[in-house]
Amino acid sequence: MTRTFATRPAESTSSSAADRLPGRPRRNRSEIRAAYGFLSPWIIGFAVFTAVPMLISLYLSFTDYDQINAPRYVGAENYRQLIHDPKVVLALRNTLIYAVMYVPAAMAVALGLAMVLNRVGRAAGFFRTVFYLPVMTPTVAAAALFLLLLNGQKGLINRSLMLIGISGPNWTTDSAWIKPGLALTMLWGLGGTVVIYLAALQQVPKDLYEAAELDGAGSFDKFRRITLPMISGALFFTMIVLTIHSLQMFDQAYTMFFGGQQNSTYANDAALFYVIYLFQQAFGVLHMGYASALAWLLFGIILVITAIQVRLSKRFVYYEGER
Amino acid sequence: MTAIQPLHGAGLEPEPADGSQEPALRHPVPRGRFSLSRLPYLAVLLLASVLFLYPFVWLISASLKPRTEVFDNSLVPHDVRWANYSDVWHYAPVLQWVANSVIVALAAAVTVTLSSALVAFGFAYFRFPLRNLLFGLVLSTMMLPGAATMIPVYLIWHRLGLTGTQVPLWAQNLFGSAFYIFLLRQFFLGVPREYFEAARVDGCSFFGLFWRIALPLSRPALVVVLVFEIQASWTDLLKPLIYLQDPNLFTLPRGLKSVIDTFGNGGEQHWEIIMAASLIATVPLILLFAVAQKHIMDGIAAQGGRKG
Repeated sequence: MTRTFATRPAESTSSSAADRLPGRPRRNRSEIRAAYGFLSPWIIGFAVFTAVPMLISLYLSFTDYDQINAPRYVGAENYRQLIHDPKVVLALRNTLIYAVMYVPAAMAVALGLAMVLNRVGRAAGFFRTVFYLPVMTPTVAAAALFLLLLNGQKGLINRSLMLIGISGPNWTTDSAWIKPGLALTMLWGLGGTVVIYLAALQQVPKDLYEAAELDGAGSFDKFRRITLPMISGALFFTMIVLTIHSLQMFDQAYTMFFGGQQNSTYANDAALFYVIYLFQQAFGVLHMGYASALAWLLFGIILVITAIQVRLSKRFVYYEGER
Repeated sequence: MTAIQPLHGAGLEPEPADGSQEPALRHPVPRGRFSLSRLPYLAVLLLASVLFLYPFVWLISASLKPRTEVFDNSLVPHDVRWANYSDVWHYAPVLQWVANSVIVALAAAVTVTLSSALVAFGFAYFRFPLRNLLFGLVLSTMMLPGAATMIPVYLIWHRLGLTGTQVPLWAQNLFGSAFYIFLLRQFFLGVPREYFEAARVDGCSFFGLFWRIALPLSRPALVVVLVFEIQASWTDLLKPLIYLQDPNLFTLPRGLKSVIDTFGNGGEQHWEIIMAASLIATVPLILLFAVAQKHIMDGIAAQGGRKG
């Protein structure tokens, strides 16, 4: 391994210039060139499809733009407008309520299933597959299917509830129940989270539990003081991913409650999620400047929420062997 | 490739430096004899399985019922109506949509796998200035909501004259994707460096290291990326909504949405046709899952072990 001497300078960021000093082996310089060659697809893609679009989007958010006429600079007008747009408030509220409803429910149910799976030995493989199957169902198909299962009068879910004496709500028409219905639809597809939790649970060393038992710990103690801390990394990861996904809810809600020509006939305010409104503004009524401002607001919200979650995780997440 | 076959599993080794993470189910719970204490757990799982599987059964059943019986919730249709499927064929170019979806999904998956692998290898093998900074940038793009760049990216494709074609549905994948770069880099880091050094001594080019050593050794990881991307592309609704107007170019989700709009709530309430179309859209993915199941599970499980 003759490389070690070349390795060290590059590791510290400040010494990047040192790599280019004359007198270094030529191999090293050709390596750097090769490295950037390998990276070039991503660098080009990042410039063309991320960096430049962000700048364009930022610019457009200060303009009036309908894709036909040239963008007209309007200053902060779009941002002023979105604060007072009742649809923005509605869409934000719907989206946050849904996320608060769905994320903890998904984490709890997935953790429960994973913990049970962790107790049944080899059979876990089979059930894991079963729980994952809905994830392989296209979102539009799942939405169509649940639109029927959730049907207030004739749907399977309410018919089943009837058997145990509960008269179920109108999941697809009652504003108060549309978001729980959507959350239910999404819960059907939580298999991926189950798989992640199960893998994390299987890595918890058995001797921790044995030691705790010797100390007389009950099963709740073991769950709280061993299981939860040991899988907190996986919990945290899924919390962030599920939250970001929830805040961008589109496919299922759009499939179930918004549509082409019949747009207004069955669209429901309770299902107006943020990205749906953004999509309508950008590609429905071609308010591309306004929609760009909406996009930046969403970006900011996701950034803030993720930052809060990361901050919280510093307190709750336990990384073995780190610090 | 055959020469290094015995090392096939090497790609599954995690980054040696941060040790703790293991591939899923490498070490399942010890194969104990069947014990009674597991019975309540199995009962819970069986009940949950019924809840997870019943919608599929309902879907298959409803797709074979006459219009008036869709909601009767009987498990088996009274008389099986295969004609629903020929009706779908008749009302909408479903075969064309299947073909479109296959083409777009394959284009998306193959391009993203190769490009992400290239970039991942660049990060895994080389030491170069700004490496950590650039890799941090790659990771940070994972947090970027797609909706944030939706409009300008559309305008770029519009300027290129490619809106209204299927190209925007996959062509961005030519440039790699952050999550897959992250995943593949982990696998490449697990390949013992001595293999590369030995090949260099034998005069192998850098691209040769990638193409003839890193790629063949990482087949399980490449399959994971391929399958994840096929799935993502196959189920994507938003992009086809934005870019496609011609029904003959629709992918399945976009086509299915138009079927729902025509025959569903706003329209003629032919739910049996919608269910048949939904099943057609679902079956190929389930088949893919059946084939690649083990790889998929390992790939997903690996995510939980990653450091935030």
